[in-house]
Amino acid sequence: MSRDGGYTADEMMAVEAARRLRDGAVCFVGIGLPSLAANLARRTHAPGCVLVYESGTIGAKPSMLPLSIGDGELAETADAVVSVPEMFAYWLQGGRIDVGFLGAAQIDRHGNLNSTVIGPYEAPAVRLPGGGGAPEIALGVRDVFVMLRHSPRAFVSRLDFTTSLGDNVRVVVTDLGLLEPVDGELTLVAVHPGVSVEQVRAATGWDLRIACDLRETEPPTQAELEALRALRTKGAR
Amino acid sequence: MAIVPLSEAVRELVRDGDVVALEGFTHLIPHAAGHEIVRQRKRDLTLVRMTPDVVYDQLIGMGCARKLVFSWGGNPGVGSLHRLRDAVEHGWPAPLELEEHSHAGMAAAYAAGAAHLPFGVLRGYRGGDLPARTRVARIACPFTGEELAAVPAHRPDVGIVHAQQADRRGNVQLWGIVGVQKEAVLASARSIVTVEEIVDELEPRPGGVVLPAWVVDAVCLAPGGAHPSYAHGFYERDNDFYLAWDAISRDRDRFRAWMQRHVLDTADVAEYHASLAAEAAAV
Repeated sequence: MSRDGGYTADEMMAVEAARRLRDGAVCFVGIGLPSLAANLARRTHAPGCVLVYESGTIGAKPSMLPLSIGDGELAETADAVVSVPEMFAYWLQGGRIDVGFLGAAQIDRHGNLNSTVIGPYEAPAVRLPGGGGAPEIALGVRDVFVMLRHSPRAFVSRLDFTTSLGDNVRVVVTDLGLLEPVDGELTLVAVHPGVSVEQVRAATGWDLRIACDLRETEPPTQAELEALRALRTKGAR
Repeated sequence: MAIVPLSEAVRELVRDGDVVALEGFTHLIPHAAGHEIVRQRKRDLTLVRMTPDVVYDQLIGMGCARKLVFSWGGNPGVGSLHRLRDAVEHGWPAPLELEEHSHAGMAAAYAAGAAHLPFGVLRGYRGGDLPARTRVARIACPFTGEELAAVPAHRPDVGIVHAQQADRRGNVQLWGIVGVQKEAVLASARSIVTVEEIVDELEPRPGGVVLPAWVVDAVCLAPGGAHPSYAHGFYERDNDFYLAWDAISRDRDRFRAWMQRHVLDTADVAEYHASLAAEAAAV
């Protein structure tokens, strides 16, 4: 879905999430868009960004995007490889991670996330993979960044299941714009170039609050796009 | 400890109704051992794993499992496990009971099991709907009063892992991403380790985990036994296979035919690889 400006909505999401990572931040990274964003940050303004994958690799510096959190290159390039119990006990619970990226199938206006089931737990319409590291990441890091494509199915007034809490969610980066908590409720603070507020409202399953100083995000720069496209997912079709 | 064929280890150490943990965190997943469990048609297993992926999808789809204890069940980087979903959503081929945790909870439960403690402690399971769906209790720290979560220890009947090397006495070494394999073996009453190679002498590796022979019941030579997962230093992850599994596993008949051809109609890991190679060559 290329836009007029010559970049895709996913690229816009990755670029905007990457911009929010400060140099030196220690980031707990999942696969997909978060991995793309964190690796982009490391290749542009934040070379000192420390990527931590829950498989146990601390300070991984992959040359290509891994398909899974346990790809061999993550271990080969890491500062340290630790066991999974150590990762969760010493590093995450120990308070050593600044930023955690989370995705989900559903989000509510408080930033609570569902990655467990669609429909009732005992008889789900869709059984999702489950919480994995999310419940403790959500409360164990200082800042949670959520990356999620905007749709009424994903942005719901009521979650089917609360997998993780939204207490530490600082930003939700979507393909349409940015939401940040204002007085405890996610509020649209920016739209991406070419996106209207009405579009965002229509893709949100609750009556979305709009910031009075709503702004437009900067489109990706040429340098950002080049760095992003140089990152190719290993094994991707 | 004995160095024995994998078929013999599974026959003697895995019993119908057992709680079995085949561990591996994307790396060193014991696929060959999982396939042998399928071949021997073990039944009513409670399968334990932090990240059940393709091999658990195969065990569940072939009707080996009664219950799954887990924290994230998916095809990493690809999507859902269709056999797991079919079992949970439609009871095919049999209903599957779920005991669902978070990663931190599973890790603490394994570590407690390895230490032979009754429970693990963590700062977790706070809020949300998961605590009501899992085995967790709130406890107070006896020294500070801080409220913490207690999870009952995992104590599987059988722990199964894959490693790079064993020596001829059965001492095992694995390296790279070491996951929760050490804890899974030490927490289990019995254990099987499949290995890429058996060497005269283990050469210490950076970050290597060594399991002394006397904590392992059976060591089995199974070169390529992690495929489509990988063995650091031996072969890479077969990412194309994980992508292909999505289509193979989506359809019940296609899944069954695949399992028949590459697992049930093969005798061991060597024949499994030959079968995959023959199929690839025919395309």
